[in-house]
Amino acid sequence: MDRMINAEVETPLIDIPTGKFGMWVFLISEIMFFTGLIGSYIVLRLGATSWPRPGTILNTPLLGLNTLILLSSSLTMALALHAIQQGRQAALRRFLLLTAGLGVAFLGIKGFDYAHMWHRGFTMSASLFGSCYYLLTGFHALHVLSGVILLLSLFFAASHGRFSAAHYGRIEYSGLYWHFIDIVWVILFAILCLV
Amino acid sequence: MSKTLSGQSFWRRYVFSTNHKVIAVQYLFTGMLFLALGGVMALLIRWQLAYPWQPIPFIGQWLFPGSGGAMTPEVYPMLFTMHGGIMVFFAITPILLGALGNYTIPLEVGARDMAFPRLNMLSYWFLVVGSVLLLASFLVPGGAAGSGWTLYAPLSASTEVTPGWGQDLFILGLALDAVSILMGGVNYITTIMQLRAPGLTLRRLPLTLWGLFYSAVLNTLWLPIVASALFMVLCDRRLGTAFFLAGPLAPHAGGQVLLYQHLFWGFGHPEVYILILPVWGLVGDLLSVFSRKPAFGYQATVCSMLVITVLSGIVWGHHMFTSGMNPLVGKAFMFLTITVSVPTAIFFLNWLGTLWRGAIRLTVPMLFTLGVVFVFAIGGLTGLFNALQTFDVYIHDTYFVVGHFHYTLAASVLFGTFAFIYFWFPKIFGRHMNARLGYWHFGLSFVFLNAVFSVMMFLGLHGHMRRIADATAYEFLKPVQHWNVFLGWAALGLGLSQLLFFINVLYSLFKGAPAPANPWEAGSLAWTVSSPPPEHNYATPPRVFCGPHEYGVPSLTNGDWLSQADPQAAKLARS
Repeated sequence: MDRMINAEVETPLIDIPTGKFGMWVFLISEIMFFTGLIGSYIVLRLGATSWPRPGTILNTPLLGLNTLILLSSSLTMALALHAIQQGRQAALRRFLLLTAGLGVAFLGIKGFDYAHMWHRGFTMSASLFGSCYYLLTGFHALHVLSGVILLLSLFFAASHGRFSAAHYGRIEYSGLYWHFIDIVWVILFAILCLV
Repeated sequence: MSKTLSGQSFWRRYVFSTNHKVIAVQYLFTGMLFLALGGVMALLIRWQLAYPWQPIPFIGQWLFPGSGGAMTPEVYPMLFTMHGGIMVFFAITPILLGALGNYTIPLEVGARDMAFPRLNMLSYWFLVVGSVLLLASFLVPGGAAGSGWTLYAPLSASTEVTPGWGQDLFILGLALDAVSILMGGVNYITTIMQLRAPGLTLRRLPLTLWGLFYSAVLNTLWLPIVASALFMVLCDRRLGTAFFLAGPLAPHAGGQVLLYQHLFWGFGHPEVYILILPVWGLVGDLLSVFSRKPAFGYQATVCSMLVITVLSGIVWGHHMFTSGMNPLVGKAFMFLTITVSVPTAIFFLNWLGTLWRGAIRLTVPMLFTLGVVFVFAIGGLTGLFNALQTFDVYIHDTYFVVGHFHYTLAASVLFGTFAFIYFWFPKIFGRHMNARLGYWHFGLSFVFLNAVFSVMMFLGLHGHMRRIADATAYEFLKPVQHWNVFLGWAALGLGLSQLLFFINVLYSLFKGAPAPANPWEAGSLAWTVSSPPPEHNYATPPRVFCGPHEYGVPSLTNGDWLSQADPQAAKLARS
């Protein structure tokens, strides 16, 4: 009889929604992907005979501005979630659009930076540092792009009133992804521009 | 199956389906197609080694019209490259993860479908696009990839040595396949952790699901690493970078050639466990069903599989003992590798414990399961030889390694694949497979398979290098050339015995005897629904009262086993 009771009160091992669980598993694999890229960067840099001093090639102030933009977009994303948790639909739409806009601004500055660097001769095949720079930031930019598309799809879903104070899972999980992209950029900025 | 699926067009029902059972069958047939293709490639390789540069009978004229039907030196590396790539990523992975995982996980946890059905469909179609790229690589000028399935840099990374687009298509195909497997992994982990029926605690999970779970965890962790390496190889080839190129091949100071090997084996070693963990789990379950006994040491088996999952991520260096690695680091890798044998021995002993004094039923799936136990013992024990740094220096790059690899990955995993198909076929298609053909298939496969792979190891101890096209070019290998001839014919025998399997599958699909819901008297949840199961498996969520291995229950008066969904198990079951 004890066994029967145990079966009745079985609680899940980790008590979180299925969508959130899946997003975390996905994010772990994303972390490992960037681990492969960043780990390779570290090994290649430590093994190289010479490496440019920080600040001599990259436009640190411009990339610093980009860091600021992406960090602010994490804030607006958090505010979007906060808004829908309180049932404020208009605020949700506003913050989603703002977050996507900041993502687009990041990509625009990134594109300007690429064009400028490339024009100055700092191309992907110019040096090992150039290869690493475009590889790491390029894959990150692709993630930002997919994040922007995700945010816009959320915005359209929000415009159709798909979310409410009781039903906001997709906003929360997409927010996790967006914050992840943000954190990766902070690490990239630090290891490419600062040290 | 048309009875059970309703209200949808043909395309939504069978092609772009989100139903886990349909996707599993898609994976199964895709994998079997590539299994056949990879097998034919293996036979071509063996013919070349048995009779170097002689015309290949029957299909030679069609394959190599330019050389009168004989193998050419350019094609041989493509064959061993594509044989490896196809077998590992496009045959075994789709069958053991795609088909076994997709089919069993929702049914065994008592769920209506996977946690993310649309992601599941997307996962299959990534595999399809990947395989189209892979097959296209045979048709482009310059032919398929020829760098070996491990894609070692600088051979794979420099267009000066491998100029063909076939190499790029192969890498892209692998990258897409990696994305496909990752999507599957997210689904498997989430479904097993989140969608279990009430009462189905982790200690009551079938061992197959434990194997699939660990395998998905390894995929989630280590596949992205090799994906990043593959993208870097592509950049080196086409975008002028030099991550893995140095010296004259690099456009500037260059990167590190050896880094590629670290990244590849960082994934590559877990990969062998990714493929064999589901087989280990399946063997644990099937031995229990057909010995009519609970799985011996269930918890110890689950724990030792976990220990292996952890260890598998930190032993990759044993593939690189001769690469110029610091011998002291090599010693650490040697120690860690040998440590793997402890948990392996634990669950192996548990398998034997399950068989001990059981009421053994020698069905076809049981024979293949026992086959796994036998060949995995040989594969595992010869792995110890490879793990020893001092011994590995001598056998590195020889057929000993090829033989060991094939005993674990080809023999064990192939027998596991067959055990899976023979065991689950009645549930999937609602029809029995022909047992007589199955016995012949097992007997012939067992004999030929051991003949092929054991002789490989003896050849390796004689110093026979791997990846050479013509052993007679070497004076010291001439005395053993007759073994290459023997291998060629044994491989042909192995290949032909598989025809029995393909005939059996085709015959049973249409003409097999109708199967009841539970033909094997198995206890897990999947066998409580009809064969084939209804479109969404369970009308109401099932309730679980005991573990999956309640066989030979002494207190029962009718029958000897309890289903997991049987309410009287709450009183009578032992787990």
